[in-house]
Amino acid sequence: MDWFPLLNSLRIAGISTAFIFFAGLFAAYYIAKTPPVVKGLLDVVLTLPLVLPPTVIGYALLRILGPNRLVGAWVLHVFGVRLTMTWWSAVFATSVVIFPLMYRTARGAFESFDETLAYSGQSIGLSNTYIFWRIRMPYCRQGILAGTVLAFARALGEYGATSMVAGYIPGVTATVSTTVYQLWRTNDDALAFRWVTVNLAISFVVLLAVNLIEKSNEKSKPDRYRM
Amino acid sequence: MSIYVDIEKSYGTFHLSVQLDAGDETLALLGGSGSGKSLTLKCIAGIERPDRGSIVVDGVTLFDSERRIDLSPQERRTGLVFQNYALFPHMTVLENIRAGARREPDAKKRTDSVDRIVDRFGLGCLTGHTPAMLSGGQQQRVALARILVSEPRILLLDEPFSALDGHLRHRLEDELKQVIESFGKTVVLVSHNRREVFRLSDRIAVLEEGRVGAVGTREEIFRNPGTRSGAVLTGCKNISRIRRKGDRLVEATDWGIDLFVDAELADDAEQKEYAGIRSHDIAWAGHANSGNPPENVYRFDVLDEIENPFSYTVILRAQGQSDAEPMQWDMDKPAWERIRTPSVDVCLPPEFILLLKK
Repeated sequence: MDWFPLLNSLRIAGISTAFIFFAGLFAAYYIAKTPPVVKGLLDVVLTLPLVLPPTVIGYALLRILGPNRLVGAWVLHVFGVRLTMTWWSAVFATSVVIFPLMYRTARGAFESFDETLAYSGQSIGLSNTYIFWRIRMPYCRQGILAGTVLAFARALGEYGATSMVAGYIPGVTATVSTTVYQLWRTNDDALAFRWVTVNLAISFVVLLAVNLIEKSNEKSKPDRYRM
Repeated sequence: MSIYVDIEKSYGTFHLSVQLDAGDETLALLGGSGSGKSLTLKCIAGIERPDRGSIVVDGVTLFDSERRIDLSPQERRTGLVFQNYALFPHMTVLENIRAGARREPDAKKRTDSVDRIVDRFGLGCLTGHTPAMLSGGQQQRVALARILVSEPRILLLDEPFSALDGHLRHRLEDELKQVIESFGKTVVLVSHNRREVFRLSDRIAVLEEGRVGAVGTREEIFRNPGTRSGAVLTGCKNISRIRRKGDRLVEATDWGIDLFVDAELADDAEQKEYAGIRSHDIAWAGHANSGNPPENVYRFDVLDEIENPFSYTVILRAQGQSDAEPMQWDMDKPAWERIRTPSVDVCLPPEFILLLKK
């Protein structure tokens, strides 16, 4: 059994999760501070990939990144690099798909943060960067961690947008999910079943991890008001 | 060491317009909920931004809308202690206090000042605990240690005892009083608790609906709060609308009686719309007249009596005035048990009648 699809899936999911971790945190933190109208609008736009069919996202990405399209043509012209049909093209696709997961869980975690902690940090002279990384993040740690794992899991399973932007080239852009489809299509039922088993195992582990994180969250809920 | 505040801020329908100044003393902002007292504190600390005005602490301008000065909360060095103490829940006591000392660049000095403050607040055996493991009083001590180690220019205390049980408060008030005294600079205290305010402050500003109603030493404010809400906040239970009838005579329309008042107070009686008397200032006039002119002596019906641990609150209504508002009279337990009657003669001494603005 050739393990390339699994390695490819893992690196695509890893890179896009690392990227979306910061992008999601950043968006969640700053959008919370915007006026209500702007916030409502941005919220809808940024959550859209969660409800759109992945094929629509794939279509939209191809319209932007394709070799004859605005960005794709420019990058091809300037750097001589094609943005589609490479293994890392899938990073664009999965990033867009998993962004709302990270953004929404981070926002939910930030909303539960007690702002007086930040204010009292400022009052004793702590920098805003210190407050963000050393007070806000640890306080919201569990929610953010759960969001990250969930985003990673979703990235591993991404099919629709990935298959459109990166295609299926064995040994080049093949991922676990595109491989399963390809094997089924070519009647290789036995191998398809083995990949399905791999997929099930990964999903099981990830969901177990999310549950464990959430459980430990309940246990260690800050109990600051106990007298 | 001083603070000067003159700010305005609008919040929907609420308008804050506050002028304050204080030297090396404890100034209390006494006000009910929604009076704008916490908002004032947040404006000083830089958490909220006033629409107009200026804030100057120790000669340093923290905020000036005309000169476009608006220092960050970090630059202001105003040590604000929140009512829930806002300790960092994931850090130990020691880490919390160390966070307060981060501004000091010299590592040696930093450790020294942390050690000193831990000693001073008797936190030595708690340094490894997290805030959730501490009692309310201990949390307050850590919060104060963390603020003081950051060397603030002034100390801002927001309802310092609201999160504590009653029996703890008394002891912690003494503790806080010592902290304030050794701090020795300007302290602004916000509270709705008149006892707390009386015990901890030198001067009091009464805040109502976003405005400063009256300012004075604590004795002045408690003797003559000046406004109706000031009287309520300083614990005056009996307040009636009044109509002026003469130089020294007003009609307390809610109580259905006429009252003589002290001449000096009657001078500007036109703007005074209310009279008040504290429940313990009402005197029994049951014994035969002892030569004093019987001013403000009326017969009241006893509607009810409420037993307190060491006193009775007797609910009175002027006899023959069934529409009148009842009044509260505090009476020593043995004294009331001796005279307990269905109707009683009491005196509302003119010198204790508070004339109040709206």
